[in-house]
Amino acid sequence: MSILVDKDTRLVVQGMTGSVGKFHTEQMLAYGTNVVAGCTPGRGGQSLMDVPVFDTMRDVVKQTGANASCVFVPPPFAADAILESVDAEMPLVVCITEGIPVMDMIKIRRVLASQDKTRLIGPNCPGVITPDQCKIGIMPGHVHKAGRIGVVSKSGTLTYEAVGQLTALGIGQSTAVGVGGDPINGTDFIDVLKLFNDDPDTDGVILIGEIGGNAEEQAAAWIKENFKKPVAGFIAGRTAPPGKRMGHAGAIISGGKGTADAKIEALEDAGVKVAPTPSDMGTTLQSLL
Amino acid sequence: MNIHEYQAKELYRKYGIPVPKGIACMSPEEATTAAAKLIEETGSDVVVVKAQIHAGGRGKAGGVKVVKGVAAATDAANDIFGKTLVTHQTGPEGKVVQRLLVEQGLAIKSELYLALVVDRETSRIAIMASTEGGMDIEEVAASAPEKIHTISIDPAVGLQGYQVRQLAFGLGLSKQEQKNFGKLLTGLAKLFEQEDCSIAEINPLILTEDEQVIALDAKVTFDSNAEFRHKAFWDSLRDLSEEAPTETEAKEAGLSFIQLDGNIGCLVNGAGLAMSTMDTIKYYGGEPANFLDVGGGASQESVTKAFRIILQSDTVQGIFVNIFGGIMRCDTIANGVVAATKELGLQVPLVVRLEGTKVDEGRKILDESGLAITSAATMAEGAKKIVELAKG
Repeated sequence: MSILVDKDTRLVVQGMTGSVGKFHTEQMLAYGTNVVAGCTPGRGGQSLMDVPVFDTMRDVVKQTGANASCVFVPPPFAADAILESVDAEMPLVVCITEGIPVMDMIKIRRVLASQDKTRLIGPNCPGVITPDQCKIGIMPGHVHKAGRIGVVSKSGTLTYEAVGQLTALGIGQSTAVGVGGDPINGTDFIDVLKLFNDDPDTDGVILIGEIGGNAEEQAAAWIKENFKKPVAGFIAGRTAPPGKRMGHAGAIISGGKGTADAKIEALEDAGVKVAPTPSDMGTTLQSLL
Repeated sequence: MNIHEYQAKELYRKYGIPVPKGIACMSPEEATTAAAKLIEETGSDVVVVKAQIHAGGRGKAGGVKVVKGVAAATDAANDIFGKTLVTHQTGPEGKVVQRLLVEQGLAIKSELYLALVVDRETSRIAIMASTEGGMDIEEVAASAPEKIHTISIDPAVGLQGYQVRQLAFGLGLSKQEQKNFGKLLTGLAKLFEQEDCSIAEINPLILTEDEQVIALDAKVTFDSNAEFRHKAFWDSLRDLSEEAPTETEAKEAGLSFIQLDGNIGCLVNGAGLAMSTMDTIKYYGGEPANFLDVGGGASQESVTKAFRIILQSDTVQGIFVNIFGGIMRCDTIANGVVAATKELGLQVPLVVRLEGTKVDEGRKILDESGLAITSAATMAEGAKKIVELAKG
């Protein structure tokens, strides 16, 4: 088993006909993901790489039975694309798009809270992968290996780093989830930890956070109370100066809050073993098994 | 994106939020004219001369002066203009004052605090109000949290009357003050949403003897992600002298760059990995000279540009390239590194760590280039090597 995605996932790509969408759809198909549809308004009836394209998400659901969507739509139209998926009751929406205005995300979160059909992962994330079964997103598939360790992270390349280290140590992954680096997103650490907690085929988790906000502190509190499996952690941005946005919209220390040290302390207090450097994420997890 | 106080106040006026009468000035001479005009218009000879820089704490640093009469205003303007202000938000190097705001002086009955922010926990806009105006709100939050009243706006229905009343009663306002406060707050909430703000702060918000509620100060920060909705307007507000030139140059090249004061330049793909690379350099005893994320779509040209930007700092004694290719292909990075090294005649040690997509092709390009590039298999090894090499 795994969480969120597996061999039964039927994927639709929103924005598949754009250059980024096309490139990554090709990569996902090559990995073995079952891409059943694309959705681009005005391109309905066409097909690309033998994948049929539809005008609306309602058409996609009706015609193909897709149960997950991957959004590559540019920021000005991304909120609309996500909301269209919610309207079509798509069970899982993974939004890769970086740069969605926070005001749009506030509205999306309000809509998501008023329903129970759709879960959003992202935006501004690398996606979700269950090795050898289904890859939704932009991560390099070949560094992954099927196995029993879950990975959840705010950062794309750091997820690759953790996964690459695990694979090099011969430790496979159940599912790796990038929740994204924006201040407001669809799914947080706790949501994913709950899924890993209930997944009989996940034995332990690597959690990768970064400066800004307090999602890591909340995750730590939840782990302390509820999580039954070993957790290794890492927090990026120990040396980041306050008041500067470190690439991600959410990665900023403001008013003395959101520092790496406070997050590391909270995680350690919850029994999480925090890797001293990002190069030690894999070995830190290994030491817990 | 930050803007000046006088620009924020112009925006406030547009949304019906009361602010003092004021005139923005680009020189001390303009300030003299402005003071004379305000004194004539208001019939009061009290004026305030305020330094316009993108940082708080101006008052304590001597950047705000309340004076009587035109001559005194001229003196104050001459004193503040061109001065380097060092506040807790400017960094030790401070900021040079190149713009002034001259305003009418107002008689203050009491000072309040009001701010709108994006609250990550509730995923909504939060409004915070306090009777402790003029103070550092973080100090109030720490010492007397009960004095901060907070509500959050439901995006489905917007700010409601009962919420305004909760805050107004919490602040102990009179009936007339409540009415004025409600109008101001409604305008500010509308401004926040329509102008895509991430922060709108008024500290202090003042009450006057005649029960007016006025924004004596104004701070607005825009959400950079929403630039596509406001491009022309925001461009007109941008003050490039407030931004580090290298950071502006990097942004134009599609790079995310922040100057730091260490000796080891970093070139990395991905924000999280870029931060971690800095952390790892520090862990092995070095000091990062910058944060630099080349992003996922970097080309050979943007890698060269990144090298050039890193080398603009005189303190750089070594460069560490750390790439975990996902979208980014290692061969593209390797070609960029080789081209940049040849073009710029690199004088400092260079350590390159490549992993991920097309890694074998990338390593081959570096090996065959004949250049003095030290390669590393992991981030830790690379960081250790560059720290050693930079010592010379």
